[in-house]
Amino acid sequence: MSATLPNLRLVQSPTKAPKKVESVLDLIGNTPLLEIQRITDGIPARVKVYAKLEGLNPGGSVKDRPAWRMVQEGLRSGKLHAGKTILDSTSGNTGIALAMIGSVLGYPVELVIPANVSNERKIIINAYGAKVTFSDPMEGSDGAIRLCRQIIEADPEKYYKPDQYFNPMNPEAHYENTGPEIYRQTDGKITHFLAGIGTGGTIMGVGRYLKEVNPDIQVIAVEPDDALHGLEGLKHMASSIVPGIYHEEKLDGKFPVSTEDAYAMVYRLSQEEGVLVGQSSGAALFAALKVARKLETGTVVTIFPDFGDKYLTTNLWVGWRDRMAVGKMKFSI
Amino acid sequence: MAVRVRVPTPLRKYTQGADEVNALGGNIKALVDDLEKNYPGIKERICDESGKVRRFVNVYVNGDDIRFLQNLDTGLKEGDSISIVPAIAGGR
Repeated sequence: MSATLPNLRLVQSPTKAPKKVESVLDLIGNTPLLEIQRITDGIPARVKVYAKLEGLNPGGSVKDRPAWRMVQEGLRSGKLHAGKTILDSTSGNTGIALAMIGSVLGYPVELVIPANVSNERKIIINAYGAKVTFSDPMEGSDGAIRLCRQIIEADPEKYYKPDQYFNPMNPEAHYENTGPEIYRQTDGKITHFLAGIGTGGTIMGVGRYLKEVNPDIQVIAVEPDDALHGLEGLKHMASSIVPGIYHEEKLDGKFPVSTEDAYAMVYRLSQEEGVLVGQSSGAALFAALKVARKLETGTVVTIFPDFGDKYLTTNLWVGWRDRMAVGKMKFSI
Repeated sequence: MAVRVRVPTPLRKYTQGADEVNALGGNIKALVDDLEKNYPGIKERICDESGKVRRFVNVYVNGDDIRFLQNLDTGLKEGDSISIVPAIAGGR
């Protein structure tokens, strides 16, 4: 199917003019919804697939939303105040968001990160001035969670821990904002929502909102198909410390995606849609398209958590042309 | 050659929870086959259908990535320390 001709106007309409803001934090949220126009193999014309481009948040990922909401609540409750250091475990994007927010508000930020996250993430966090402690790469993100707990126990008064895996403000950020944005952006026509699970914050918060406005909307989590995977940011729940905010019984289903299928989708997105994303977005779209194929009519929405610039030096791109001859990529549905 | 192999969390279900195991092999390929013999199912997680090490798995010999050595043909000597490390971590 050929894409419709893009808008060729040289002058943007006034409503698209950049807004004037006081703080970079004012730019969090209100991200655009992109229609997937070319990678639509086998999808009926009356089924639309959209991706919410969370990479356009100022910290470059969906994690700006929960990080900012958790910090706001910390300030409101008094748990975060002058003299405290913000500390959390993260495999990257939440760390970047917290480092950015700490920089704006003047709070020191310390992060515990598995040593095997992408170099780009380490460099970005460092650039925001946050202090990083690396945890054992053999232990993955659960190792970072455990090391973070040890650091806090050693000096509990020093730290404020947003605790993204257990803080209800994480899904609340998506319940209050991401969910309503998606509903508005689809004019209430959304029928299926899919999102990858890391902490589960996005799927839980958006899902709760959508179910409230229309219980028929299907809410489906996307997860790696195996404990050993290459989908940075996503968790294989069956083999992980299950986040306290994650309640699987609220979901309509879970969709397992292999690392290979997710990577192939990343390559297709950059070449066919002009959108360079990270591997978790590839997984999200793969699952969304599989769901879309089975429908006769519907509006499927998924989340692209970030763009691909953070993964350019990872194995994702090593020898990819050899593995996936351009133009011959098979969509194995 | 007898070597020590560090096993990441996601693969410990094959090694009965052990984070380090002994294995034999003159090179990485033989080592992976020996692991498979003792821990059935583990090879398929490390290597793809064509037998190559999966992209998101890094194998280190004494701290050096085998992709910058001779990949599966990288030779091993007695007492070498091998680490199998997922390229990236889960959770955000």
